[in-house]
Amino acid sequence: MIEIDNISKKYGSFQVLRDCSTSVAKGEVVVVCGPSGSGKSTLIQCVNGLEPVQQGQITVDGIAVTDKKTNLTRLRARIGMVFQHFELYPHMNVLENLCLAQEKVLKRPRAEAVAKAEALIARVGLSDHIHKYPGQLSGGQQQRVAIARSLAMDPIAMLFDEPTSALDPEMINEVLDVMVQLATEGMTMMVVTHEMGFARKVADRVVFMDAGRIVEDRKTEDFFSNPESPRLQDFLSRILHH
Amino acid sequence: MSGFDFTVILESLPFLWEGLQLSFFLTFLAIIGGLGFGVLLALARLSGIRALSLVAATYVNLIRSVPLILVIFWFYFLVPLALGRPVGGFQSAVIAFVMFEAAYYSEIMRAGIKSVAKGQVQAAKSTGLGYWRTQRHIVLPQAFRNMIPVLVTQAIILFQDTSLVFVVSLRDFMTVSSIVARTEGRLVEMYLFAAAVYFVICFAGSLAVRRLQSKVAT
Repeated sequence: MIEIDNISKKYGSFQVLRDCSTSVAKGEVVVVCGPSGSGKSTLIQCVNGLEPVQQGQITVDGIAVTDKKTNLTRLRARIGMVFQHFELYPHMNVLENLCLAQEKVLKRPRAEAVAKAEALIARVGLSDHIHKYPGQLSGGQQQRVAIARSLAMDPIAMLFDEPTSALDPEMINEVLDVMVQLATEGMTMMVVTHEMGFARKVADRVVFMDAGRIVEDRKTEDFFSNPESPRLQDFLSRILHH
Repeated sequence: MSGFDFTVILESLPFLWEGLQLSFFLTFLAIIGGLGFGVLLALARLSGIRALSLVAATYVNLIRSVPLILVIFWFYFLVPLALGRPVGGFQSAVIAFVMFEAAYYSEIMRAGIKSVAKGQVQAAKSTGLGYWRTQRHIVLPQAFRNMIPVLVTQAIILFQDTSLVFVVSLRDFMTVSSIVARTEGRLVEMYLFAAAVYFVICFAGSLAVRRLQSKVAT
């Protein structure tokens, strides 16, 4: 579904990504982790073309993201993305946040878009809040709305860019629960996160990045039980033992 | 000079009202046109397309470096030349004001657009919204909201500036007031009255700005 083939990227003279290759098969859940500044967020933003790459190739569902001729707008409509800071539209209520792209991009009739929105908002447990504005919701609630907004587009895959990093600890689980549910339903997911509990529970593979490189790309059990590189051992010991 | 006589104001109220309507109408058209064109200029400057942003920047800097009265003159003489037929003073004044205000509005909107978080654009893009739809539904509404106080302040200045149209012999409120003042020989009364009218309108505007500011801040 998602193929990342030898991509490199620079910001000015700073090399953010070096020869990164990995893939996410249909129905697979891949977690990307690593210390901050390792390039994991940049990597995931390259997948739907929000960040351009200078070298290498990315294809999603057989369509080359890195090809200049690709209609990125059309491709993005099929890939859901959830951001660290939610990025709900503050001037629209929850319902409109979910309906906008459905109506403008997918050309769904209003009634159909509303029905879809209501069903998804119910699914993330926020039916009572559907007419509220993002500013009236907690961080956890906003992130659940953001996930629902992406799902409203019937995406073929979902990208999560540190979806729980900006949340207070007590709100992390409500968001993770929604993500776990999605994963068990067979959604193709690529998730940048530090939530190793989540990775253990639902990830098929875990990718570890450091200094712009993919250092390890392993099956989940191997990743935790048998980390090869000293960097990963060090990383795991730091985030698992406190 | 035999004391003040303010009845002159009452007697010429219909005439003054016509002038005030013209001032309002001109302000209104200049706001609408200036904002529309100003938004396009701001988008051009922020487009990341070099040639486009250079053209817009040149335009804005040029217009902002020239006194409004000159711009009004230019268009009064240039528009008929460009069109090859005479246009009324009012049309040429509207065009001049739109072009002039657009330069100022574009700077305000540019700041407003920049004030919208980058993540908002990414979120919009990631749901498949294209450039124009992202601007129309996500960026510009937030930019406007953030900039409403500054936009209204600019509108107040614009309203005062409409008094410059006397140079193309349009009868705005200020011009009409001075016509009455001179023909009736009541300069002090009329200019006091004119000042009072401008003050009331503009001060009401600034009060509105203050209220809007506290609203936007929440």
